[in-house]
Amino acid sequence: MIFLAEHAPVLAIAVPLLAAFLMPLLGRAGAKIRNLVAFAAIAFAGIEVALLALNVLANGVVTYAVGAIAPGLVSPAGFPVRIVMEIDALSTFMAVASVSIALLACVYSMQAMKKHENLDKYFALMLLMTAAMLGMVFTGDLFSLFVFLEILSIASAGLIAFYSGRGESAEAGFKYLAVSSVAALMVLLAAGFLYSQYNLLNMAALAGAMRFSFLDKFALVLLASAFALKCGAVPLHMWVSDAYGEAPAAVSAMLVVASQAGLYALFRVGFTLYGSMPLIDLLGLAMIVLGVLSMFIGVTMAIKQSDIKRLMAYHAVSQTGYMLLGVGVGLSVLGNAAMVSEFGFRAIQGGLFHVFNHALYKGLLFFTAGAVFYVAGTRDMNKLGGLAHKMPYTAVFFLFGALAIAGMPPFNGFASKLIIYESVFEFSPVLSAIAMVVSLLTLASFVKAFSGIFLGPKEAVQAGVKEVPIGMLAPMAILAALVLLFGLFPDLVLEWLVNPAVNALLGQCGYIGAVV
Amino acid sequence: MISSVFIAVACLIGLGFCALVFKRNLIKIAMAIVVMGSAANLFLVSLGYRENAIAPIFTSAPELWMVLPTPQSLTLTSIVISLAVSALMLSFAIIIYRQYGSLDSGKRRLSE
Amino acid sequence: MSFEDQGLSFIVKNIACVLAVPVTIFGLYIILHGHLTPGGGFPGGAVMATVAALFAVAFGKGIFGRAMRRDFLLMLESIGLGAFALLAFLGLGSTFFRNWLLGTGLFFGNAVPFGANPGFLGTAGVIPLMNIAVGLEVFAALSMVVVLIFSSEAKK
Repeated sequence: MIFLAEHAPVLAIAVPLLAAFLMPLLGRAGAKIRNLVAFAAIAFAGIEVALLALNVLANGVVTYAVGAIAPGLVSPAGFPVRIVMEIDALSTFMAVASVSIALLACVYSMQAMKKHENLDKYFALMLLMTAAMLGMVFTGDLFSLFVFLEILSIASAGLIAFYSGRGESAEAGFKYLAVSSVAALMVLLAAGFLYSQYNLLNMAALAGAMRFSFLDKFALVLLASAFALKCGAVPLHMWVSDAYGEAPAAVSAMLVVASQAGLYALFRVGFTLYGSMPLIDLLGLAMIVLGVLSMFIGVTMAIKQSDIKRLMAYHAVSQTGYMLLGVGVGLSVLGNAAMVSEFGFRAIQGGLFHVFNHALYKGLLFFTAGAVFYVAGTRDMNKLGGLAHKMPYTAVFFLFGALAIAGMPPFNGFASKLIIYESVFEFSPVLSAIAMVVSLLTLASFVKAFSGIFLGPKEAVQAGVKEVPIGMLAPMAILAALVLLFGLFPDLVLEWLVNPAVNALLGQCGYIGAVV
Repeated sequence: MISSVFIAVACLIGLGFCALVFKRNLIKIAMAIVVMGSAANLFLVSLGYRENAIAPIFTSAPELWMVLPTPQSLTLTSIVISLAVSALMLSFAIIIYRQYGSLDSGKRRLSE
Repeated sequence: MSFEDQGLSFIVKNIACVLAVPVTIFGLYIILHGHLTPGGGFPGGAVMATVAALFAVAFGKGIFGRAMRRDFLLMLESIGLGAFALLAFLGLGSTFFRNWLLGTGLFFGNAVPFGANPGFLGTAGVIPLMNIAVGLEVFAALSMVVVLIFSSEAKK
């Protein structure tokens, strides 16, 4: 047990990686063994993440030097050597969200993809995605952030184009990979710029040694644009609808948390790496502008969609706008301690809480869309109708997800959106009003979607439709229960998960001091 | 005066980016991504250069000055990643060609 | 019958078979000496994979149409990757990826000596073993990429 807790950061990444490597061999042994090993690997990573979260809550920032004599030997000569993993409360927050969605997506795809072939490659890529997401949030090194970002992009592109019989999936995968490559290239160039000046790649050491010259600001622009492109903020959102729409349903749910890993990297760069820059509030203002644009354009483009998954993809863009708005307000008042304690803390709290909630209810919505596709064979809402008679559970879960995304009490979307409304109102009332209008438009769009798919008379395509098997219902039920519980007891979540993460974001010195 | 290597890197990235934005053939887009990746690799490996230093190989240690080996390992990693990305993009281009018979990205098949 | 189905002429086929041997040996040389000279697992594996490309061009689609070769390459790749991860896991006595062979008296136990020397293969700990695993994996993966791209059928 002590062994598991001590090496938790690296075991959480290495065990899914090893399982991914062994998938072709296990596929030879049979489908059940392969599914079991994939599930066990992600479950083991989940246990490690939980142990690590408890460790971070108790001891502050945890560091791990890969390849050293002892795990804690990060700076034997006063400066960090080797690849150092540095985990604080924000990392564990993102890791908990990622690994729970990954586990449920794995269980869901064991049933939903049964009829397809090449499944050992599917599970290998899904395990690679999990390992890469955890690697991105656990690493303390700018270059290994780039490497894990690329692994995540390549694995996701392979999974998006999984239905290789259709040309549209390959086109979506091509577009996603081209955009992700450009983003990762910008991260690499920024890492090169920073390395050329300071001869350091470790993020904590860079934050301590940063002198904010012109090249550093150029690197900040590159990093911020790259991660905004990766998380799908407007005006860099063109890949989101194709990628989320063409992927299998479980993969779409994983892509949501993968984009949020990009959001994590943006926050890490803004708050920790450049946190003491004099003009950092300009980055906060840029995030606010991106957030407002994403919210509005996302929801207006979603209203006219007739394909379920593309509609949900545009709503994902819109909800990312909420997160950017909340945390952007917090970043733009970072230098002003009075404003931070007044509303900045609560703004970041709302934004981060929304990250977790979004992963939960968007995952639930994508699972229900996958269930509809599984039984009816089409994603076009014009051709569907009246499915609530035969699929009552799926309809109820879709309703849960739709009310949560629209911000209705008592679901979790309401809790986080309320915090965002209140804190952003003190910053600027106009932004809060725009956020509320976008919520109303989201509700309208999902009412139309729900009535189009589930209510009304039955359409011709539904001959022989029945409820989806329990293997797909169980993850949906777990997510629906979490959506309800997070909405009913938000204080517990805030106290144990979100507030430590916000404190970790605001406390740059703790992050630097753990390594240097 | 800026070293000529950095001017070459900037030109390569500019060329790659122009090709990515303006060309419509899928293979040319894939080539543009590879060109930009190679430019980034050139940039990284030139960061470690020191005047009058030799390659960092064990048999020449420890009397002489050596160039920095860390950017070389970063570049090697980046080359491998660029290879994987180009292999995957070309496979997607082959699937698209197999399905539609043309490599023109201007013909929209995914609806807006 | 285009060249894709039948391959090139008799001379080319024979020279390809003859050339495959030095190319493979050169690739193995780069892999095995990765801790002494520039190179290592990835470049060596890529050089070895050019043999697959050479055979694809010289012999045509027929020889690559058989499914067994693809499965075999997939197994090789899996074994290479599994060996690499296993070697990294074996260092968990200290930390992950620790060079646990360095300092012990086993075959790969010593550090690489400085100064001009003829080059000792039995040095540098776990690095040559990881080079071999990575080389095997890269050879299998790149060969499979060549095989798959070359033998994909055009649908009408």
